[in-house]
Amino acid sequence: MDADAGLLINAVVSGLLIGGFYATVSIGVAISFGMLDIVNIAHPAFILLGSYAAFIGNTVFGIDPILATVITLPAFYVLGLLAYQVYYVAFERRDDQSLRGLSFFFGILFIAEVGLILAFGVDYRSVQAWYTTGNLNLGLIELPWRLLVPFLLGLAMVAGLQLFLSRTFIGRAIQAVAQDQQALRLMAANPAKIKRIAFGLSFATAALGGAALIIIQPVEPSLGREYIGRIFAICVLGGLGSFPGMVIAAVTLGVVENITATFFGPSWAPAVSFGVLLITLAVRPSGILGR
Amino acid sequence: MVSSVVKAEEEREGLRGLSNLAFIGALILAAVAIFGITRWIGQSFAFFAAYVVAQYIVLGTAWNILGGYTGYVNFGIAAFFALGAYSSVVMHKLTPWMPLPVMVLVGGVMAGLVGLGMGYLTLRLRGVFFSIATLALAVVVQTLFTNWDFVGGARGAYVVPPRFAPLIGGAYVEYLFIVMLGLCVAALGTARAIERSALGYGFAAIRDDEAAAEASGVPTLRLKLIATMLSGAFMGMAGAPLPYYVSYLDPASGFNLNYAVNAIAMPLIGGTSSWLGPVVGAVLVGGLQQYVSVTISSAVNVLITGLLLVGFVVLAPQGIVGLFQRRRR
Repeated sequence: MDADAGLLINAVVSGLLIGGFYATVSIGVAISFGMLDIVNIAHPAFILLGSYAAFIGNTVFGIDPILATVITLPAFYVLGLLAYQVYYVAFERRDDQSLRGLSFFFGILFIAEVGLILAFGVDYRSVQAWYTTGNLNLGLIELPWRLLVPFLLGLAMVAGLQLFLSRTFIGRAIQAVAQDQQALRLMAANPAKIKRIAFGLSFATAALGGAALIIIQPVEPSLGREYIGRIFAICVLGGLGSFPGMVIAAVTLGVVENITATFFGPSWAPAVSFGVLLITLAVRPSGILGR
Repeated sequence: MVSSVVKAEEEREGLRGLSNLAFIGALILAAVAIFGITRWIGQSFAFFAAYVVAQYIVLGTAWNILGGYTGYVNFGIAAFFALGAYSSVVMHKLTPWMPLPVMVLVGGVMAGLVGLGMGYLTLRLRGVFFSIATLALAVVVQTLFTNWDFVGGARGAYVVPPRFAPLIGGAYVEYLFIVMLGLCVAALGTARAIERSALGYGFAAIRDDEAAAEASGVPTLRLKLIATMLSGAFMGMAGAPLPYYVSYLDPASGFNLNYAVNAIAMPLIGGTSSWLGPVVGAVLVGGLQQYVSVTISSAVNVLITGLLLVGFVVLAPQGIVGLFQRRRR
């Protein structure tokens, strides 16, 4: 096996794993943007908030970073409820979502980021756990645990949410909101109430996404900006509101980015996701598995 | 509705009958007066601070031509701004004898063309997709410049400005300030002329209901392309003098997201319905920022802008200008 083929296989495999991680951070936006039509561009900032929750849990209390964010899930859920309430009262009810709603989340993004800078400084922070070092050896290829655990976490989250949305009463109600709000209102159900729950869920996924992020790489407060475009690229490419499409898009992007970084140098990698996004928007805005 | 807003405002200022030329004349007088005051203060810091505020007037007005008038939110301000800045770097290396105003024009043309292409690719889509695409554009352009060694790549480029200003004498920053004031006059004159023309009513129709506008024969795509092109061009022009102002330009400073947050926050805080809003927002918020970054820190600076932005969009959607109008009625 020559060196290039070995590099390629490694790039594809770790790209696959990173793709699973991308699904973990994108699923919240798949809910809020894809299903609820709320363009929460501040989502990455809350992912970083989750990372810092994992960091505190890990360094101050010495617990597992994923467990630490699981403990903070209710807090994130409530934060999501509050954020939706403000958004609903200030924009959705006034039917003034596009210009001011977008700017609202843009402002929130900066407030969250500067809040983190003031609280933790601009140094890179990381966590320690049994899976942050070492590899799983599978003969030919070696899988680093640090990539494998977020990958598995992502798959578990996607599967869990898909089950929740298709099997439970509230889950089906959320899908109904995504399909036709007006019809829901005619059946005397309150779309705002259901959207609030769904938005809370989307925030809760940010906590777990944050744990996955800080396991994969050290974080600093402005890292979220890098993920804004990536996350939205994945959601648009996957077709809004489709979880399987999102996973396919996440994995594709992970692999393509990784191959680009391996063969052309890491400084070109950011352009990949955004280039893909621009081409998707220009050519096929409904995404791979769009409705 | 728009025409009534414009009218109400101009009655208040006694500017109603002013033709576009007379308005530009008034702007030039104001600019000369401001320059005189800044020189009278006699400290170079006054020029550095006033330059930044003037730069934000141009950026805010440019953003407002697309964002405020047509309702399409552009997050990629940094891309257009840095395009202007980097085109100056290129010209500084290739043709150092070129006067700055020409560089500004070239930077504006470059950014305007990119705005046109960008709009052509994405403006057929819903507004939200346009906004997301502009975010993406900023990163693509930044990656290109980071990998372009001729303009310094990730290391950045030094652009040493002349010690003394041409024509007027004095420090070079005074000359930069005059150029920026000239851009303010051009941007505000354009913005007000748009408001009072058929173009402005077309923009407002797009903002209020694009489908209805299209159905009644407004050429929406063409109007939107004009708006993105003008908006991008002014952003590029605002960025063109930047290398001479900072004398060292790297991607991190040229593409700084603070430009984006300020260019969006200032019009929204001041009010997006007329040319006056971005000016009010830029002077108040920009002035406050200059004060805060000297007395407290630049991180708090961004925090305050973010809080003001969120506060105004939630509580006072018409901005400061809107608050005063409401009181009058």
